[in-house]
Amino acid sequence: MLAKRIIPCLDVTDGRVVKGVNFVDLIDAGDPVECALAYNAQQADELVFLDITASSDNRGTMVDVVRRTAEHCFIPLTVGGGIRTVENMREMLLAGADKVAINTSAVNHPDLVDAGAKAFGSQCVVVAIDAKREGPGKWGVYTHGGRTPVGLDAVEWAREIWRRGAGEILLTSMDADGTQAGYDLGLTAAVSSAVGIPVIASGGAGNLDHMVDVLDAGKADAVLAASIFHFGKHTVGEAKEHFAARGIPVRPITRTFRATPE
Amino acid sequence: MKIALIDYGAGNLRSVANALREIGADPTIASGPQDLEGATHLILPGVGSFGDCMSELTKRGLVEPIREWVKQGRPYLGICLGYQILFDSSEESPGVSGLGLFRGAVRRFKEVDSLKIPHMGWNSVIPTHPEQELWSELGAEPFFYYVHSFFPVPDDPSVIAAQTEYGADRFAAAIGQDKLFACQYHPEKSQDAGLRLIRNFLIFTEKDLELAATAP
Repeated sequence: MLAKRIIPCLDVTDGRVVKGVNFVDLIDAGDPVECALAYNAQQADELVFLDITASSDNRGTMVDVVRRTAEHCFIPLTVGGGIRTVENMREMLLAGADKVAINTSAVNHPDLVDAGAKAFGSQCVVVAIDAKREGPGKWGVYTHGGRTPVGLDAVEWAREIWRRGAGEILLTSMDADGTQAGYDLGLTAAVSSAVGIPVIASGGAGNLDHMVDVLDAGKADAVLAASIFHFGKHTVGEAKEHFAARGIPVRPITRTFRATPE
Repeated sequence: MKIALIDYGAGNLRSVANALREIGADPTIASGPQDLEGATHLILPGVGSFGDCMSELTKRGLVEPIREWVKQGRPYLGICLGYQILFDSSEESPGVSGLGLFRGAVRRFKEVDSLKIPHMGWNSVIPTHPEQELWSELGAEPFFYYVHSFFPVPDDPSVIAAQTEYGADRFAAAIGQDKLFACQYHPEKSQDAGLRLIRNFLIFTEKDLELAATAP
């Protein structure tokens, strides 16, 4: 049975994790590679790196982070932020990323979705959508961290990028993000029902029941979360146990296999 | 042992190379027939389309060497496209012939109610012969990472080594024959289960492998 995925997200700027990560066993909680390996050890199902400064200067640093992470982290890795061209995508994929996430650049140049899917396959192209409630059952697409409305309906936009060949949608509710009061279930269910590709829900996770709700009532295929895991409130393993007890299919935690003695 | 990792310009070569290094193996990147000299194992990973993969392999003069290799029953590990191209054809690239080493065609998941395509994420794999060494220490129904819209349908069901359920389809997750193993999922992205499977494959196909001596 296909498992629902748990995806920790690391926000990176200038090659350092921001917002902070507070794992007890980390020597340097700001090092993205070290954080990624900690989540790998917790058996997260995937990882997302978001370069939140998203400047072209940073891309080289990000490529290096991806390359070093992929050497020891054998779960799918998505990289987003500052990816504007097919060449930028190629650079990240060659470094070891499995998928790239595009947001503003997809809004500005929707053809980038088609071009990326054609060059690397749909499975490599994740489109991130930042949505904000504009009325009952209506959400608008925003860029620049929710400050700039772009005049698109979130559900319509989701359908368009699906038709253009996106393989997955990373959907963030700007209303719920940072509140820790739960995901926007209405938004997530509306988008997930409108498209034939997986939807990752993001924004608003304050506890494990919020995740259960968005996977269940919100019809999400995966949950993305940051602070709930970063500050040691919960481990990925605890989340999986919680989900399994509520009948949500998860990839069970397995005994760690080490090929070579330490 | 010389593991030749086939490079056809579009595969997720680095991920597979990283996984091999993690278990103590050292792959050689093979982009032409000359690179296969002295090889003991051939690994064909893959991301991209069926048609692109076949045309790149043709350009690089690798089609016949790979066919010969498999026909001789030598160790072959095919991942994703490296699995699909073993068959005759694919709905993804109509008119393009595959390697034709196994009878059957590659089909797309049917677009039915609420089924998400691509099939993306971790799904359980049910081995046909769980007692085989290949599945050693993997548990009854291990989870592996999938990302695909197409899957092979072998004419001869006896080659099916494992199955996975998705939507209405229970498809051939993997096939096996002598020293050939090919799977639709990505062991190189399947963490412990994936590394274990790759290691089992290497040991199963070459008993006196050095890796065996460093077993945990």
